[in-house]
Amino acid sequence: MIKKAQQFETVALPHLGAAYNLARWLVRDEHIAQDMVQEAYIRALKYFNGFRGGDIRPWLLSIVRNTCYTWLQGKRQGKEPLEFDENRDSAAHESAFGSADNNPEAMLLSKQESLRVNFAISSLPPVFREVLVLRELEGMSYDEIATVAGIPAGTVMSRLARARTMLRAELNCPILKEGQ
Amino acid sequence: MKYQEDAELGKLVKTQANYYDVPQGLRDRISVALGEVTSAEVEHRTKRWAAWQQWLGMGVAFACGMVLSIAITVFYVVPSQQEHIAAQVIDGHVRSLMVAHLSDVASSDQHTVKPWFSGKLDYSPPVRDLAAEGFALIGGRLDYVDGRPVAALVYKHQLHTINVFVWPVHGKIASAQASEARQGFNVTSWQGEGMQFWAVSDLNASDLRNFSELMRKQAKL
Repeated sequence: MIKKAQQFETVALPHLGAAYNLARWLVRDEHIAQDMVQEAYIRALKYFNGFRGGDIRPWLLSIVRNTCYTWLQGKRQGKEPLEFDENRDSAAHESAFGSADNNPEAMLLSKQESLRVNFAISSLPPVFREVLVLRELEGMSYDEIATVAGIPAGTVMSRLARARTMLRAELNCPILKEGQ
Repeated sequence: MKYQEDAELGKLVKTQANYYDVPQGLRDRISVALGEVTSAEVEHRTKRWAAWQQWLGMGVAFACGMVLSIAITVFYVVPSQQEHIAAQVIDGHVRSLMVAHLSDVASSDQHTVKPWFSGKLDYSPPVRDLAAEGFALIGGRLDYVDGRPVAALVYKHQLHTINVFVWPVHGKIASAQASEARQGFNVTSWQGEGMQFWAVSDLNASDLRNFSELMRKQAKL
């Protein structure tokens, strides 16, 4: 029992970054994302006996994803979904600027571009947002994404295509272009 | 329209979209939470095991009680059937001497006694003369034991009369011999040749046992 818990920590905690990033993108709130990840890890420990080896990351992320969806569904019955908040949602992004030029103008441009992309992704419905995040940010294969989202690989491909189309439309939106 | 190519769009997302870093303390918080869940689970299992052991103890006690009551039934209730027959056999013996109705067919010839039973019973009891060993066959008669008509063979040893009641048994044949003394009579029973034998006499126990052993030995010849 204790040995199993130790084994779980050893294999699951290295994927905390991916788990948090997915949760953060799905629930769009730092504190709720932390709660989701913690809840998902506890659930994963309970289901760990049912895990049949192989790569733990898709299995773990599917639990994170389902935990977030449960919360999203509960919230939908309540208040409106959270909108993208520039200050809040860019707070954790400082490191990205550091890697950019030291040129203040370039930094500003880069920041604006980043905000635009984040806002565009964040405004997609969760089912399209998640395939994009898993594909582009986690670099997962279609099969792995299929495992996470609990859908066939074919559906992953069509959702990804749809997500890209929607993202393009968002990025090319004239109102946003003005801000550029 | 910009970012028409998937690769171009992918590069944009990869470079510009946030990859949210794990907030400070989350890793430790989760580690602690997992530890708490584990210890709660361990405690729960320990309690469950204790409860299970309690049930197991009760189950064992119950099973022991059952075994004990079955044993009592086997050792006290079932032998009462044997005692019941022993009592009837003694009654038959006493009655046969009381009313001078010892034998319906008085003969020391086993070839006279044995055929006499045919037509009167649905089986043919083994009849042997043991005169050479000191137990003379003097006849046979019908009697009634344990709810059925049975063959009674009468032997004499000096002045003692021996009644041997014989009827067929079905199923397992127990070869064990049982002897007991009741009301001053000695009773012994055995099984063989598919028959149940009950011998009763005022003969002493060792002579009666000797007689029954002769009967069994004859059966094997």
